[in-house]
Amino acid sequence: MNVKPLAMRDVFLERIWCSMASEQKIFFVSADFGSPVLDKIRADFPDRFVNVGIAEQNLINVSAGLALEGYTVFAYAIAPFITMRCYEQIRVSLALLSEVRPMNVNLIGVGAGYSYVVSGPTHQCYEDITLMRALPNFQVLSPADHVTAASMFDICRDVQGPKYLRLDAQVLPVIYENNPPEMPNGLHVHKRGGQVCLIATGYMLHTALRVAENLALSGKTVGVIDLFDLARFSPDKLYQALDGYEGIVTLEEGFRGRGGVDSMMFEFVSRQKMKAKMLNIGVEGGYRFELGTRADLHEQVGIGYEVALKNINIFIESLSN
Amino acid sequence: MNNKAIDLREKSKWVWRQTLAVHRRAPETRLASSLSSIDIFVALYYGAVLRFDPTDPLNEARDRCVISKGHGSICMYPILADLGFFSMEELLNVCKAGSFLGGIPDPVIPGYETVNGSLGHGLGVATGMALGLKRKLSDRSIFVVVGDGELHEGANWEAIMFAAQHQLDNLHLIVDDNHISMLGYTDEIVSHGDLAQRLTAFGWSCMEVDGHDVLAVQSALLEQKNTASRKPKALIARTLKGHGVPGLENAQLSHIINPKPELIDSLLEEK
Repeated sequence: MNVKPLAMRDVFLERIWCSMASEQKIFFVSADFGSPVLDKIRADFPDRFVNVGIAEQNLINVSAGLALEGYTVFAYAIAPFITMRCYEQIRVSLALLSEVRPMNVNLIGVGAGYSYVVSGPTHQCYEDITLMRALPNFQVLSPADHVTAASMFDICRDVQGPKYLRLDAQVLPVIYENNPPEMPNGLHVHKRGGQVCLIATGYMLHTALRVAENLALSGKTVGVIDLFDLARFSPDKLYQALDGYEGIVTLEEGFRGRGGVDSMMFEFVSRQKMKAKMLNIGVEGGYRFELGTRADLHEQVGIGYEVALKNINIFIESLSN
Repeated sequence: MNNKAIDLREKSKWVWRQTLAVHRRAPETRLASSLSSIDIFVALYYGAVLRFDPTDPLNEARDRCVISKGHGSICMYPILADLGFFSMEELLNVCKAGSFLGGIPDPVIPGYETVNGSLGHGLGVATGMALGLKRKLSDRSIFVVVGDGELHEGANWEAIMFAAQHQLDNLHLIVDDNHISMLGYTDEIVSHGDLAQRLTAFGWSCMEVDGHDVLAVQSALLEQKNTASRKPKALIARTLKGHGVPGLENAQLSHIINPKPELIDSLLEEK
């Protein structure tokens, strides 16, 4: 491991900061949310940084207005607040308006899933995939490590339209080292073979890879796919990657059966007339207030490594019988 | 860009008649709130307040006009047609299949800047535009037309505070202060109290005007536009919902009342 793990937000903001000197059209808008790198943006580009305060509705509308004036806008806040506190503004001022006016607004949400571990359900975010993929012209990006997050900056800068980038708040192990995944595909195949393929996004890719390694110790091979673009992945590439598997396992840090990656894959398998059976690993039940490590919380809600390994083993056995 | 001298009072009467005629053909449109705002829009578009180019509605050199009270701007259809944004014939097709002129105006209409059907968004978006224009060192202005009922949406107040903080004196808020929202008088629902005093307390430069004296509206807008105040500017136009239509004017439920076609016909014959 040559690449030191870094916080996704730090590397992403570093890329913004590096670009702002040459890219005069980049504007950064924060809802009173910071980071050490953001301090550099504030200091070096005060004319293209603004803090709207704790006011996410205005964050979105001000960002929309700046985009209408030609700016490439990065709006920055905690993930549940930049999606759910201002969903109406996102729908009206970004999704609808960008259908008729060229706009480039990138919503940068920090705190995907349980990554704000001890802050409880107000700051955790298990609904954002469902909500943001419901907006048909939104690109929804979900990196699993800081290398991927950094490379997503190019999409945000260069591709017109509204986008949502969900970043983990914790420093996660590096998966891609110096070779970030190919962005246009929207997915990356890590492992092939076996009867079952695990398809995961964000933090859950780490769980999927651990499960795959453990299964390999007992001679069971599974495929693993990182689905990092949840709205504009290549259907052809995904079909090719899943073709031939008897079972598909979805892993997400979001509520199970509520329109997230599991629903997306049910729809994909159905549309493609694939025969694969499905196991969905997602947050079970409703909101909880227990404290613990992220691993503890994951085990409690049915998405931890141990519970995932057990259920995937059972799933593989069921396909064999 | 427009600058020819026009009799604003006569133009307001013409727009009033045309708005009634549009509503007569398309009763799905909201008439009462579109009548209270006529003199505001006439002053803006015919009174040499706004700079615009009907042949290039999004020209960078334009002043921006964000019409946040979407339902209540059907009077803009005849205005935009008259000014050449689209043909007068389009007024015959309002709410018809294939037309771009709907019951609530959308930004597919030449001359409309933003999405307006959902209330309380225009001011925030305009605030971002105003900040963007400042940063681009543009001297263009932004005018936002809202209804007083719409100011119940809290997002407006986020924008109001933000605009004052950033001294956006290129931003003009015009309140069509007809005192009625859908189910009644705003003072009886959630009163704004003394709105001018309230906006002033929030750091805005504020004027009040008789919103049906089109020359007074024009004068106030030009005075505000030509004043460098380092404050965002608000003009509270005291208006009557359903202005000029018996039974509709200032009626508590005027938003959802449709005058009988025979009444509209008789009014169109009279005036």
